[in-house]
Amino acid sequence: MLQIKNLKLILDGKLIINDLSLHVEKGEIHAVLGVNGTGKTTLAYLIMGVNYLPDDGKIIFEGEDVTRYPISQRAKMGITLAWQEPARFEGLSIREYLGLGNGLKIEEIENCLWAVGLPPSQFLNRAVDVSLSGGERRRVELASVLTMKPKLAILDEVDSGIDVVSLPHIVNGIAKMKSLGSSVLLITHSEVAVEIADKVSVMCAGKIFKTGAPKEMCQWFRENCRVCDHINVPD
Amino acid sequence: MITTKEEYEEIVEAYGKAGGNKEALKSREVASLVIHESRVLSANQAEGIRVKWEQKDKGVRVELTVEEGKKITYPVHLCFGVLPKEGLQEIILRVEAQADSEVNVIAHCIFPNAVNVIHKMDADIKIGNNAKFYYHETHYHGEFGGVKVIPKAKIRVGKKGVWESTFSLIDGCVGTLDYDFEIFGEEKSISELIVKVYGKKEDDIKITEKIHLDGKEARGLAKSRLVLNDNAKAIVRGETYGNAPLARGHVDCVEIVNGEGVIARAIPVVYVNDKQAKVTHEAAIGSIDKKQMQTLMARGLDEEEAVKIIVKGILR
Repeated sequence: MLQIKNLKLILDGKLIINDLSLHVEKGEIHAVLGVNGTGKTTLAYLIMGVNYLPDDGKIIFEGEDVTRYPISQRAKMGITLAWQEPARFEGLSIREYLGLGNGLKIEEIENCLWAVGLPPSQFLNRAVDVSLSGGERRRVELASVLTMKPKLAILDEVDSGIDVVSLPHIVNGIAKMKSLGSSVLLITHSEVAVEIADKVSVMCAGKIFKTGAPKEMCQWFRENCRVCDHINVPD
Repeated sequence: MITTKEEYEEIVEAYGKAGGNKEALKSREVASLVIHESRVLSANQAEGIRVKWEQKDKGVRVELTVEEGKKITYPVHLCFGVLPKEGLQEIILRVEAQADSEVNVIAHCIFPNAVNVIHKMDADIKIGNNAKFYYHETHYHGEFGGVKVIPKAKIRVGKKGVWESTFSLIDGCVGTLDYDFEIFGEEKSISELIVKVYGKKEDDIKITEKIHLDGKEARGLAKSRLVLNDNAKAIVRGETYGNAPLARGHVDCVEIVNGEGVIARAIPVVYVNDKQAKVTHEAAIGSIDKKQMQTLMARGLDEEEAVKIIVKGILR
């Protein structure tokens, strides 16, 4: 489904993504686990085509080299991204936001809201603006990804800052994506979120260090990554 | 009263095309006023609302009174327009919402064929104690940009009174706009001015929103949203004066610049002369937010579609 080969990105003379390779299978939830500043979000952006183009390496999606494709083209192929801090839209209702470009019926949109624990009667007509809390906005973002039924959903720390009551709704939304046939690249620094993954890759200093089963990788992460003078620590 | 039936039918038709409710203009239960150029074509009073007019040398003088304690069930509909390519409309508007009254006024101003049209409104509005007045004005201009719109209003809001207005000029070319609304709010009053304008081509836009919070605990918001394309120019002055204890005011201006020749300026003025008053402001001028664009494009929209969605939301 997704093959990243020897990806490299240098920003201001600093190596941010360092010869990174990663393979995501069809229908799997693949978590990328790493502490802050390891380049996880940059990796998500490179896959989606946001902000940067790699200096070297390839991003292959369903056999097609998409490394230099614009965002819209990747989205039309079935890749999408849920931002860690999603944008706010003044004057755009959740109903409209979730209906963008997918032609879904209202019942289907409502189902996507239910899947992330947001009752449609309370949320459909609210605006996707600053009136939503951070947690609500992230759940709306997740619902929006669900409406797309993507082939690959890149979820960038969608669990970040979510309270313990809401976290199961996020997990439920991710599970729903898998059940609909989507592959999920789950970017996180939380071991709790990783539990839902089929496979986990540990990332440090712009590189994938190890890939394996969630329990094994969490153990390795705890023992090796909590104290780490990796190269992305600010000067 | 209808003076010229054909003229009336024409303007009502244009009113419908501009999004107005034609049936409301014809209903006996709904207060309404139709003015073409500087002539009143029809006026309907309803329970609790009195409408008087007088033809003056310079335009038409209209008096609208909402009687004390009356809560008007149906919105009042106003239709102001000039249908020919050239023309002048001058309206002297005197409004009094008496104490404890409540009314919602919907105005449509239509200039679909304008090449050289001037629309002037000079309004003096008194909102009584505990009265609530909601005023929504929507403009429909043609594509020629030949309209000069000059709405001026002075509004006095009594104790615990509410004034909320929206001025929206999104359809067609603006032409020249010189909007100037000034409010004086007494104790515990609420004053809100919202302006939404979509500037294109060579449009020249000047917006002045002033709120004087003169009474204790008076509140005010001066909000503007502009999107500017092509060579449009805009200057927005949002002024709020906190002159009384616990007065709270906010100036909020966003101008989206989306054209090579656009010039956008914002001048917020926040003034406080009471140690317990507080006035804040935020102003943002710039291109369409990159992250918003990327978010919509990651949902499969192309760049043009994404811009449309964002602009539509801002101006809604």
